[in-house]
Amino acid sequence: MPLINERYDVKKDDFVSAGEASAKIKRTLKKLGADPVVMRRVSVCAYEVELNLIIHSLGGCIDFTVDSDQVTLLVTDIGPGIPDLDLAMSEGWSTASEEVRNMGFGAGMGLPNMKRNADAFEIQSTVGVSTTILMKFKLAA
Amino acid sequence: MIVKELAEKLDAKILNEGVALDKEVSSAYTCDLLSWVMAKGTSGTAWVTVMNHMNVIAVATLLDMACVVIPENIVVEQATLDKATEEGIAVLGSGKTSYELSGILYGLGLPNPVK
Repeated sequence: MPLINERYDVKKDDFVSAGEASAKIKRTLKKLGADPVVMRRVSVCAYEVELNLIIHSLGGCIDFTVDSDQVTLLVTDIGPGIPDLDLAMSEGWSTASEEVRNMGFGAGMGLPNMKRNADAFEIQSTVGVSTTILMKFKLAA
Repeated sequence: MIVKELAEKLDAKILNEGVALDKEVSSAYTCDLLSWVMAKGTSGTAWVTVMNHMNVIAVATLLDMACVVIPENIVVEQATLDKATEEGIAVLGSGKTSYELSGILYGLGLPNPVK
């Protein structure tokens, strides 16, 4: 049985609520007394993926699970899918619109940043269907 | 150095008065790309940015930053300042440019953030 199992829905283009899911995830980890470094790494990944859902997806959700030894973020959207994952994973590459870039997003750092901060990172995408990202973080002993 | 001392040294105003100013400042960074800052910033960072919307506070909060420094007297919306106060992030406002502020921060001996 996980200690925590929560789902956060994230809507497309909802910049006003951007960061709320990540902030809740961070607050929960703080309450559980998680190590500050692990907490920050989870927060960075949660924020990046939350923004990716807002900017690039048609909407999706973040399933946040805490077990005794690890934190898991399982992210699923409802499309549109990523045609070239290798390209999407390269630093500096982004399909964000001019408007989104003007807000300071779309640096092409999101996915590489997630991969760097998670202990395990898996991404799967089917164009026209959905993208799924699974991130795992070990909790310090 | 704590945020209060940094504000004095930068001759900057606290835009969200009432926020705690006792956070330790251990590094500084200047950048306007939020995701870039997400990759580079860390706890205790003083972040100089011309971006003045709500998401700046989200990034600063998630990274446990010391404060945000807004240059060139850029106006920050009250809702953003209220959010910053709620999250305990001091927002400093200055008439100086990002370039000038960075020079002062560098002169104060603050290093780049180390992850």
